[in-house]
Amino acid sequence: MSAVTDSPSRTRYIGQGLPRPGAKRLLAGRGRYTDDVVLPRMLHAAFLRSPYAHARLGSIETADAAAMPGVHAVLTGADFVGICAPWTGTLTHFKGMRSAPQMPLPADKVVWAGQPVVMVIAESRAEAEDALELVGIDFEELEPVVDLDAASAPDAPRIDADAADNVLFRTRIEAGDTARAFEGTWSVAVDLRFGRHTAVTMEPRSLVADYDPAEERLTVHQSTQTPYQFQDIYARHFGLSEARVRVIAPDVGGSFGMKLHLYHEDMAVVGASLLLKRPVKFTADRMEAFASDIHARDHRVRARLAFEGDGRMRAIEVDDVTGVGPFSAYPRTSAVEGNQVVRLIGAPYRLDDYRADLTVLVQNKVQMSQYRAVGHPIACAVTERLVDLAARELDLDPFEIRRRNYVTDDMYPHKTPSGYTFEKLSLAACLDRLHDVMNYPALRAEQAALREKGIHRGIGIATYVEITNPTPAFYGVGGAHISAQDGCVLKLTPSGDVACAISITEQGQGSEAIVGQIVAEGVGLDRDRVRVLTGDTETTPSGGATWACRGAGIGGETALQAARKLKERILEIAAAILQAETGSLDIRDGAVTDADGSPRVTLTEVANLAYYRSDLLPPGVSPALTVAHHFAPRGYPFAFTNGIHGSLVEVDTETGLVRILKHWVVEDCGRVINPLLVDEQIRGGVVQGLGAAFFEECRYGETGQLLNGSMTDYLVPMACEMPDIVIRHVETPTKDTELGAKGCGEAGTAASSGAALNAVNDALQPLGATVSQLPMTPERILRALGVV
Amino acid sequence: MKARAFDYRRVTSVAEALDAYAACMGEARYLAGGQSLLPALNLRLDAPDLLIDIGRIDALRGISIEGDFLRIGALTRHAETLSSGLIAAHAPMLNEAAAFMAHPAIRNLGTMGGSLALADPASELPACMRALGASIEITGPAGTRNVAADDYFRDLFETVIAPGELLSAVRVPLGRPGTRMRFDEIARRRGDYAMVGLAAHLALAGDLVETARLAFCAVGPTPTRAPAAEAALAGRPLGLESIAAAKAALAADLAPDADDTLSAAARMHLARVLLGRVLSALGDGPQQAEAA
Repeated sequence: MSAVTDSPSRTRYIGQGLPRPGAKRLLAGRGRYTDDVVLPRMLHAAFLRSPYAHARLGSIETADAAAMPGVHAVLTGADFVGICAPWTGTLTHFKGMRSAPQMPLPADKVVWAGQPVVMVIAESRAEAEDALELVGIDFEELEPVVDLDAASAPDAPRIDADAADNVLFRTRIEAGDTARAFEGTWSVAVDLRFGRHTAVTMEPRSLVADYDPAEERLTVHQSTQTPYQFQDIYARHFGLSEARVRVIAPDVGGSFGMKLHLYHEDMAVVGASLLLKRPVKFTADRMEAFASDIHARDHRVRARLAFEGDGRMRAIEVDDVTGVGPFSAYPRTSAVEGNQVVRLIGAPYRLDDYRADLTVLVQNKVQMSQYRAVGHPIACAVTERLVDLAARELDLDPFEIRRRNYVTDDMYPHKTPSGYTFEKLSLAACLDRLHDVMNYPALRAEQAALREKGIHRGIGIATYVEITNPTPAFYGVGGAHISAQDGCVLKLTPSGDVACAISITEQGQGSEAIVGQIVAEGVGLDRDRVRVLTGDTETTPSGGATWACRGAGIGGETALQAARKLKERILEIAAAILQAETGSLDIRDGAVTDADGSPRVTLTEVANLAYYRSDLLPPGVSPALTVAHHFAPRGYPFAFTNGIHGSLVEVDTETGLVRILKHWVVEDCGRVINPLLVDEQIRGGVVQGLGAAFFEECRYGETGQLLNGSMTDYLVPMACEMPDIVIRHVETPTKDTELGAKGCGEAGTAASSGAALNAVNDALQPLGATVSQLPMTPERILRALGVV
Repeated sequence: MKARAFDYRRVTSVAEALDAYAACMGEARYLAGGQSLLPALNLRLDAPDLLIDIGRIDALRGISIEGDFLRIGALTRHAETLSSGLIAAHAPMLNEAAAFMAHPAIRNLGTMGGSLALADPASELPACMRALGASIEITGPAGTRNVAADDYFRDLFETVIAPGELLSAVRVPLGRPGTRMRFDEIARRRGDYAMVGLAAHLALAGDLVETARLAFCAVGPTPTRAPAAEAALAGRPLGLESIAAAKAALAADLAPDADDTLSAAARMHLARVLLGRVLSALGDGPQQAEAA
């Protein structure tokens, strides 16, 4: 049943699996991406990138390049001094965090291989690239800081000369007395390594900056998920009035968190447009994407779990070391992932004692920052690996040990030792559902039978708790200009349709689809009469946009309440026309009806009257049919969700290759607005998680060179290697909103790698082998087996 | 990622192609399917002055029987190699190999001649040519010559083709009864370059292996024959014993390098595993691998 209306109506859309209205347009090749934007007098930018991971910049010779045909300017770091204020990726609630200030192009040294150093602006991209070949730079190589151990060594070279060491941020969480908890009881330990990987969006980063000096207006067309954030950044750092900066995100071909960070190229392109007073376009090619898009993960986590002989978990201790590149990303910082790792470890379980240390190091690699499921896959894999090891020690089934240790239904609201508060989770319900849908006993029987024949299958499960619907507790309290509220403007058009402008954004996941469903149901008209506009700071209300799983939960609630307001407005006008009480009227199927549902007047007739014959309205009745509403979550700081994954794999012990046979997810994202889209989110997320588990890794050589920055060498998961993914839903709506929706964007990624890690280790266990590093490559599995 | 400016000329005959090459004052490249050359241009790893598009030379097309040989034109697309009935009848390892080669979009454009002229040791067709005992037909200003595949590959991305010459076809000797062949590889994803691949060709006389030709990909700078393993098979019935002997002998044949994802030891191990699997499959019977 719908949360919103009780009336029988065909305009009951919340909970229906409707296809995305924009999908057909994109499939037909009629998408309009940033690179499709062509403006009069537009120039193109190309960047010369550092071949060295760590080097001092000497003289830069640009005269020959500047003389090349079609070239308008060759810019270096010095050209941006005075027009662009530096940026520093720190937040005040991360105490003691520090990071080096950044400028569009470097003045004195480069800190990662691939860092843009010189920018050529020309009539075409090809001409700009021709000119780049004639730029000469004297580099003086410095010793690079590459791996985690090297970064933390006492005599390590320092990347930031003003800092005492390579530590960017350090924190400790301590609850209870873990040392005592580990005395005289059972314990297991892990030392897990998680490789760096990156987003690999189908559409790379792209922007067109267009500065108009006559109006002192800057318009930036940009492939991003957070246009309001970039509006604020460009205004503040270039000294422009925010009201004169407009950021437009047209169709965006995937983002996954990667496109909400500020990149040096962004600032260089905006700065170049200001300097040249012409539109300037830059679109990263695939090599540039690998060399400068944010990377993610890169953790080494040592942890141990204390438990009783009956399987009851007592305490966890954690030491997480992560390397984030040469500085902290802006404006969200590079400390968030580690922070979420150490706060989410152990989250689903009853634990009294918990202690975690986090060390965030700088290194001469691409900057690392938030990417889908920030921290969750690390926390999940560490926790669930510990739980499986404890189960093995006690000869308990993995389902049974979890059942005995979950936070129970009578404990909510529940506060974790790391400080998170859960309104209500459905851990046991999801566990039982997974047990059923996997047909777990039959899988175990099959595994045993195949083992006799030398076929090594493994079954793994992993529970996750996911952070969604964030309040300003995430960024705002730390001083970042990142909104946690959303705005929605609804207009009943003269034709009786609804135009919706909302501050959440669309990158292919269906934000516009669910908003349309909510508004159509909330007002009471056909879905195809609601048009949703997103992604333009000039024509939509300011808000948080899309990140951290907030679109459905916060944006959806905003849309619902805005729809209520518009409905009230329509009914007020209708009541005046019909000489009825507003309370006796309703809107169903595009018409104002009596309480019993019989139609009285269509929305088109109401709109026609309000717009064209307002003279017929009684005095004092406003003809306004546009409403605005903003909503900010005020209850729990975050709406936590939960779920569980199951993984079935087969390990070829001769080759080290793993066939992923099947994957299951039981998830609870509260009220499901569109089950098709939730399933799509889960499937895409699972595939990204399995990519991390088996394929994706940004590999670096000793000198800090990225060794596999191409689609040939960086292995993304592809359809042939992916299993069927079975998804089931449990719904525990949040009571913080009327809609009751929470996020589901991270749920697929959060636990798929952890489940796969447990599954592979389950397959290897009888052979006495253990894998402790992601991705689980053939080489690593063969080494674990002692074959090589 | 934009190529440097270059001139482009489309030709319709081999003579016209050779003339265009000779007339070019700078560097020229022949362009067929473009699946390796065009990325190299876009990455500016290569920057010729002239591209000579040979894609419309009809004489370079077609798969036919000519005497004792199966002749496969240089412009044969991988998709045709995958589905050709003549190839299935006479050189089925090529059908099998084509199924491992990248993905349909690339197979629709990439060509036999292009792959062999590039001579990437990790790709499938070079190893197949050595295992099949094929010869490579090369046409140049001085006429046409045929070079045995064993003599054709010189080093990493280097062959006996001289500047201006054109790979025009390959000639695969027709099998006789008792010939068994198979291609297989071990790759992390379908369509990737293999961690190791093997083209195996056995000539059996009754139960005995008369000759064995084994050519590996991705274990050295060129497709690599395994003479010690071949010798271990020759003159014996194909069975557990001879397969074990061939696997043991392989250490004398291969000395693969490590790369950043695979150690030399692991690659050697995988080559041995693959050899065992391929020979076992061939030993299971002629199946579809029996040549006509």
